[in-house]
Amino acid sequence: MNREHVDILIIGAGPAGLAAAIAAREDGIESLLVLEREASPGGILRQCIHNGFGLHRFKEELTGPEYAQRDIDRALELGIPIECGTTVLSVSPDRVVTCVSQARGLRFIEAGAVILAMGCRERPRGALCTPGTRCAGIYSAGTAQRFVNLEGFMPGQKVVILGSGDIGLIMARRMTLQGAKVLACVEIMPFSSGLNRNIVQCLNDYDIPLYLSHTVTNISGRERLESVTVAAVDEHRRPIPGTEMVFECDTLLLSVGLIPENELSEGAGVRISPATSGAVVTDTFETSVPGIFACGNVLHVHDLVDFVSDESFRAGHAAAAFIRSSAAPSAWIDVMDGNGVRGTVPQKIQTNPAQPVQIMFRPSAVFRNASAVISCGKKELLRRKAMIFTPGEMVACTLKPEAFEGLDGSEPIRVAIEEKPQEQR
Amino acid sequence: MEQIITCINCPVGCRMTVALNDQGEVVSVSGNTCARGEKYARQECTLPLRMITAVIPCENSEIPLSVKTAEPVPKHLISAVMNQLKKVKVAAPVKLGQVILPNVCETGVDIIATRPLS
Ligand SMILES: Cc1cc2nc3c(=O)[nH]c(=O)nc-3n(C[C@H](O)[C@H](O)[C@H](O)COP(=O)(O)OP(=O)(O)OC[C@H]3O[C@@H](n4cnc5c(N)ncnc54)[C@H](O)[C@@H]3O)c2cc1C
Ligand code: SF4
Repeated sequence: MNREHVDILIIGAGPAGLAAAIAAREDGIESLLVLEREASPGGILRQCIHNGFGLHRFKEELTGPEYAQRDIDRALELGIPIECGTTVLSVSPDRVVTCVSQARGLRFIEAGAVILAMGCRERPRGALCTPGTRCAGIYSAGTAQRFVNLEGFMPGQKVVILGSGDIGLIMARRMTLQGAKVLACVEIMPFSSGLNRNIVQCLNDYDIPLYLSHTVTNISGRERLESVTVAAVDEHRRPIPGTEMVFECDTLLLSVGLIPENELSEGAGVRISPATSGAVVTDTFETSVPGIFACGNVLHVHDLVDFVSDESFRAGHAAAAFIRSSAAPSAWIDVMDGNGVRGTVPQKIQTNPAQPVQIMFRPSAVFRNASAVISCGKKELLRRKAMIFTPGEMVACTLKPEAFEGLDGSEPIRVAIEEKPQEQR
Repeated sequence: MEQIITCINCPVGCRMTVALNDQGEVVSVSGNTCARGEKYARQECTLPLRMITAVIPCENSEIPLSVKTAEPVPKHLISAVMNQLKKVKVAAPVKLGQVILPNVCETGVDIIATRPLS
């Protein structure tokens, strides 16, 4: 079969894929192609109709579709080809991409560089082991969001939500506004991982109770869900007998976290980090397989799409530079998670980067009046104080190329959070 | 009267105490760490405002039209706004930012489209 060739092939036309494509084209890459399995570009933002996107990047609050449209318009203006309705089936380590579409059948495309931008998906029920019968009426919050906002129908009328992450909170409000009754939002942890803003504006505004340190202990219903049992949990997250409450409902929404969608990456032989569930990458977003780059939620789950776009522009520029020059950096510095830090990206930095390097990570707990410290051996590269660090907010620190002077890779860079002695407040 | 509210402007989530007089005017705000908190507390205790977003069915289109209030509107009008939206009929094509319903519930604020539909 004939093989097509492109310089840069981008998988996924969400905000990550679009930004990467725009950056590569702005750097003069003529031959590029974006493949998207859905019928139109925009990614998950198409269904996120609430506002709150773009405050960092555009200095205004946009809804998801508005945010996505800005990049779609820019991509069209630049004449970037986006082929929708095309699913990528596999990527080989030598960058041959196999894809299929109804219009053009099965194709093989050789790419000079591949940018993985497939986004993430929600943890399904199976990953949770919720007990009880397997009846209809149980959806992930994102699936319900898609039903209501893109397909225009309501999955149910009496709703319980398990998990108080932002998507669950947003859906509590959406379902209420579209006419359903949301009976409870149930969270196994003693705190919500959602933004304060969403707790206030999605639950409190509608008098929806939030049960912290509670979980769903039983699900019952023959064909359709009829009720769920909710109980308090002890400090080991075990249900406490005698605390059960039964909610009659026809719908249970699960909002229990996101995981990067990395089947394609693994098929290409890309090394995956256990801390992020995304690819291990360098400061130019190159994975362990040369010429394969990753950015956006497929690399690590972001809270803010603004950061996704920012990261992906840089990945696009890096892929363009890869196409132009064959000189690979020769020496690397490893980057490690230190105290209080999890999932630092990138995991490898060249010893003399030409561009500023952004280091992103998640705090592993809540720290007040603490500092993020990036160091290499005895040399401190950056110290940043903050009133609060929380796991719900990714931290991004930028290091100038000068910061790396004198580093040779013999010692790793460590990213940590240092707490001040507890004299505050 | 006193009201306790949590600031939503950043992850610190300061808990603020707002003292109100008999006329419902804000006398003092305490517990905030920065000026944004005080501003929010004053607004929230006198006239809380919210952006409203929704979807409405759209003729000639496979997906519904997503819309928003062009500006935040008083919180107590949320259900009135939603009820008015139920009665709105639209048909594609629609442009991004097109006014779908002017002056919703006499607020002076328009409902506008947040995506183009062709
Ligand atoms: C349900 C849900 C709700 C969210 N709500 C919010 C929110 O309210 N606020 C917020 O800031 N963030 C939210 N997020 C996070 C949001 O995903 C990111 O901010 C941003 O959209 C990530 O961009 P992305 O391009 O990396 O991924 P996505 O937007 O997910 O785009 C990935 C694209 O890749 C395509 N794709 C995947 N696999 C293939 C394949 N094999 N072949 C071809 N195409 C493929 C997908 O169809 C999709 O269009 C939400 C995420 C989810 C899952
Ligand atoms: S008062 Fe200031 S510091 Fe406190 S939560 Fe509000 S914005 Fe944050």
